[in-house]
Amino acid sequence: MKVKSGTVSKKASANAEPPTIELKLYVAGQTPKSLAALSNLNKICKEHLQGRYKLQVIDLMKTPQLAQGDQILAIPTLVRQLPVPIRKIIGDLSDLEKVVVGLNLRDSGGAR
Amino acid sequence: MATAKVRPLENAKRLPTLEKARTGMAGFDEITRGGVPKGRPTIVCGGPGCGKTMFAVEFLVRGATEFGEPGVLMTFEETGDDIAKNVASLGFDLKDLMARKKLVTDYVHVEPSEIQETGAYDLEGLFVRLQYAIDSIKAKRVVLDTLEAIFSGFSNQGLLRAELRRLFRWLKERGMTTVVTAERGEGNLTRHGLEEYVSDCVILLDHRVTEQTSTRRMRIVKYRGTSHGADEYPFLIDDEGFSVLPSTSMRLNHAVSKERVSTGVADLDEMLEGKGYYRGTTALISGTAGSGKSSLSAHFARQTCRDGKKCLYVAFEESPAQVIRNMRSIGVELEPYVKKGLLKLEAWRPTQSGLEMHLLRIHKLVERHQPAAVIIDPITNLMGGNFHEVHSMLMRLIDFLKMRKVTALFTALTSGAHKEIEQTDVGISSLIDTWLFVRDVELNGERNRCIYVLKSRGMAHSNQVREFVMSNDGIRLLPVYAGGGTVLTGSARLSQAARERADAVLRKQGVAEKKRTMEQRRKAVEAQVAALRANLAEEEARAGTVAFEDEERERALSRDATEMENRRSGKSAAKNR
Repeated sequence: MKVKSGTVSKKASANAEPPTIELKLYVAGQTPKSLAALSNLNKICKEHLQGRYKLQVIDLMKTPQLAQGDQILAIPTLVRQLPVPIRKIIGDLSDLEKVVVGLNLRDSGGAR
Repeated sequence: MATAKVRPLENAKRLPTLEKARTGMAGFDEITRGGVPKGRPTIVCGGPGCGKTMFAVEFLVRGATEFGEPGVLMTFEETGDDIAKNVASLGFDLKDLMARKKLVTDYVHVEPSEIQETGAYDLEGLFVRLQYAIDSIKAKRVVLDTLEAIFSGFSNQGLLRAELRRLFRWLKERGMTTVVTAERGEGNLTRHGLEEYVSDCVILLDHRVTEQTSTRRMRIVKYRGTSHGADEYPFLIDDEGFSVLPSTSMRLNHAVSKERVSTGVADLDEMLEGKGYYRGTTALISGTAGSGKSSLSAHFARQTCRDGKKCLYVAFEESPAQVIRNMRSIGVELEPYVKKGLLKLEAWRPTQSGLEMHLLRIHKLVERHQPAAVIIDPITNLMGGNFHEVHSMLMRLIDFLKMRKVTALFTALTSGAHKEIEQTDVGISSLIDTWLFVRDVELNGERNRCIYVLKSRGMAHSNQVREFVMSNDGIRLLPVYAGGGTVLTGSARLSQAARERADAVLRKQGVAEKKRTMEQRRKAVEAQVAALRANLAEEEARAGTVAFEDEERERALSRDATEMENRRSGKSAAKNR
């Protein structure tokens, strides 16, 4: 699976609800961890968010200056910008339960 | 069965030695013989408030400004702004350096409550940021302050340690000279054992309080691949940054000079072979309160300045203004020399700081001012601590001054009892080349001062005790009368002098009298002799005449006899026919 850089927005196809969650995934090149994180994230988003999210994948190998702004130390890191408070989830997101809890996805009312 | 020969040591010179990166911090480069290891990490550890961050920042700042090596400051506890404010007191302008692209800061904040760990991760983000910072200014130096802060953010300690190891390898590969700060741990050098990974050079800073004075000390616990000073070195942090006090070479092989330096008092020079102190030696003036030690020092200071050389006068009891005023009253005008910049008068209270601080301050003053003579008045104020420390400190000070061929003059206050004086200073006397003693003598309701030379190495000094007189024209030393076994000074001397003058006059008169008497006697005797001689001559003459008459008579008698004979014998018959 290719790692996409730049903004990738997935809007709701039919309902056109405004995106409730803004996510940034920081990766560093095409390492196994980064690829795993991206694939896991896509899975989660499909299952729980059904399109009501905005995901930005940032490859620090290409744009290293962006690491400072969000205080990124660990790679991969998933940052939930909105809703506040900012949450950071580090790791390849293989522990899906933890990711869901961490992103507070249960309360967002995502239909299952 | 030929045994393998060990390669001769000459080859060792061709082997590459450890390269060092100079830090530019006073004294530090000396004790490490060149600085921190180049391209390798160094740990600076210590308790809170020891100066680790200051050290690290000064390392970067001087690297950028003095050695052309830009640096990256990666901080984990304080923001770049906070640190900039803190080091502003040292005179370092971080903002300016950042603007000139000599320095870059990155504040890494780890907020544990924000983070959830879900799966495998690494600390590549840190590497990315570091690489970015290094590339942005082509840095050669890196500071990580305090790296251990990341231990609080991540729970996977095993991973952390692996990543740290990777980090230091990474820094080494890129040839970054790194300084890492770490908090002192219980029983360990660092709380999280960083010294396992950073084992090239470990420096320990310490901040101790003994008897209400605090001393900062530094020790090089480990420095791979080089010889280094292994003692604890006191240091201080002032408005110029770090100053470490290296032990001066205690090898006793400093060169000596045959030149002589005047003491400033002509009569005192006379007591020292007529020439004064040897250049580069140490002199001590011991004396009771008010005996004139400072005055003698001032004369020496003035003489040094008159010869066109610089002098440093360190006073521990009086302020510079007071010294100038007091010396003016004996005709020693020091102010013009201060204005010309030849004389530097520095005063501070000895209780202000510990012994090493005094030594360090004097070091710095000497380095900055480059004097030919140093006066410390008095050194007894420093003798608060235990004897060994004081002795060691003085020894180092004297060594330092001798190495620079600086002539030193110390004054010491003594309590008066002669024996006690020689005892208390016994530890120091071996370090001193010339020892002058000013003593009070009480006699006939007066107190007068005497000075004598207790010892003076390398010259035939006078063993006379001379009276020390201060007037509006300065100091004079007068010979003292030792009449009847006692030392007489002051008005007693004057009266004795008068008496002796009178005696001398009397004696002279007596001698003249005697001479006259003798003269008269001689004349009398000579007259007598003349008379006797005259008598003798007369008698001789008379005797001569008498003898002549006698002879005549004899002849006449014999003629007559012969005549008669002839007549009788008939000779005359011939005549009668």
